[in-house]
Amino acid sequence: MPTVEIRDVRKRYDSGFEALKGVSLDIEEGEILALLGPNGAGKTTLISAICGITRITDGSIRVGGHDVVSEFRAARSLVGLVPQEMNLEPFQTVIAGVRFSRGLFGKRPDEALIERILRRLSLWDKRNAKVMELSGGMKRRVLIAKALAHEPRVLFLDEPTAGVDVELRRDMWDTVAELKRDGVTIILTTHYIEEAEAIADRVGVINKGEILLVEDKASLMTRMGQKELTIELTDPVASVPPALSDYDLRLSEDGGSLTYRYDTGAERTGIGRLMGLLAETGCQVRDVHTAQNSLEDIFVGLVARQEEESAA
Amino acid sequence: MNLPAIWAIYKFEMMRFFRSILQSFVSPVISTSLYFVVFGAAIGSRIDQVEGVSYGAFIVPGLVMLSVMTQAISNASFGIYFPKFIGTIYELLSAPVNFLEIVLGFVGAAATKALFIGVVILGTAAFFVDLQIMHPVAMVIFLLLTCMSFSLLGFIIGIWARNFEQLQLVPLLVVTPLVFLGGSFYSISMLPPAWQTVAYFNPVVYLVSGFRWSFFGLADVPIAVSLLAIAGFTAICLATVWWIFKTGWRIRT
Repeated sequence: MPTVEIRDVRKRYDSGFEALKGVSLDIEEGEILALLGPNGAGKTTLISAICGITRITDGSIRVGGHDVVSEFRAARSLVGLVPQEMNLEPFQTVIAGVRFSRGLFGKRPDEALIERILRRLSLWDKRNAKVMELSGGMKRRVLIAKALAHEPRVLFLDEPTAGVDVELRRDMWDTVAELKRDGVTIILTTHYIEEAEAIADRVGVINKGEILLVEDKASLMTRMGQKELTIELTDPVASVPPALSDYDLRLSEDGGSLTYRYDTGAERTGIGRLMGLLAETGCQVRDVHTAQNSLEDIFVGLVARQEEESAA
Repeated sequence: MNLPAIWAIYKFEMMRFFRSILQSFVSPVISTSLYFVVFGAAIGSRIDQVEGVSYGAFIVPGLVMLSVMTQAISNASFGIYFPKFIGTIYELLSAPVNFLEIVLGFVGAAATKALFIGVVILGTAAFFVDLQIMHPVAMVIFLLLTCMSFSLLGFIIGIWARNFEQLQLVPLLVVTPLVFLGGSFYSISMLPPAWQTVAYFNPVVYLVSGFRWSFFGLADVPIAVSLLAIAGFTAICLATVWWIFKTGWRIRT
């Protein structure tokens, strides 16, 4: 059974804007799923719907088998949420805030657990500092500590590294990896493709309230591993020189360039031998460049296709 | 019932109060003393007695009510408005708590603060006038019911308010006039007949009257009517809060 089951979820705001247009998604226990999409794609609305902050217009959501509306207590007890904005009570101390969150979720005080959480997030030394005295990165960690205070099985991180510097981003990724080792299911939204690449097990692409793709990162990476080498020749040729027939080369219409597609993950890319053979044929090379099929290309392609379909 | 959650909210709200305990304590003492100087000494010296009670003592129940009502409203409305304003309300909305637990935490804390202020004012008043309390049990019941019901009203205002102006608007434009015109400083019988009729539409009249009865045995309206009025008011506020959480009005999108 998936930890989170989302079925045909629609959300129409009072203004008439449809933020989610029939989203279905299963999130498996213990995985890290990255929801990738541009601003306004519906990422936050989807998370808010699962956590009970937004009411859905249609469809159903279950967490750990519990419906988030009719069995909201059981469902919400399993879920921790780290919001996108730094929504924190400025005058409260760090430790008081974490204790508050634990109580709010109906858990008995557990100082040893709170100490473990604060230490892991490097907040222990700051436990008696007021939230407003902390830096932005520290505040972000306080939000995570609060979300972890009630030992959730599923953790939602809404844009955890938006506006965070590179070093802190690495820190955040390490934290996420550690949580995964503890068996916590993690769903994070991001519009940084590198982030999805760096930490996710699966990647979901969402745009305009629709899920366009959900795929294992590994298979996505295979697709992304394809690279194209373009060789521009000084003098155009009529056909691919016979000496190069081993390579599946494509000649441009004007005969001025050759394109070679290869896999960066392969042991031998064959580029060195190709260049050697080319020199033997006497062709003069004017320029060489390569292009990678990145997650970004796949993403842009998906979004463009969606636009075309909706226009048609 | 999620008891740890109620306790967490209650404690959180009380901590805000204790952070500024000095202001919480000093300001009602000063304002009450001022009222006694102005109404008790300056004006009161020209009014000897109201229905057999010295004017200074007569205004004590009204003074307590005035502060308790305004404090209950401002504490409760701020308590729930502030999380909306700074965004921390997401945590309440995503927690496994129902409306009753949220209300018990917030309204319980606001009512406690209002009660504290009420007791401080009574204590201050005892320095200025000779206080007698004829029906202490009734006095406590009226005080508690007022703390609760006006905290509920404040909670509703806090959810309704979209900005700080609106947060101030209802207390300023509605509650203060109702309290001042509710017989806090005079007996309704002192008004011209036409205004007496108008006064009976003011819910605060019933509260002040009942509360004053518990001190001196004097009332503008029968005590049972007073009790019914405050019970009815509490019920309306509770029903409104229940509806707010059922529909998610102004809190859940």
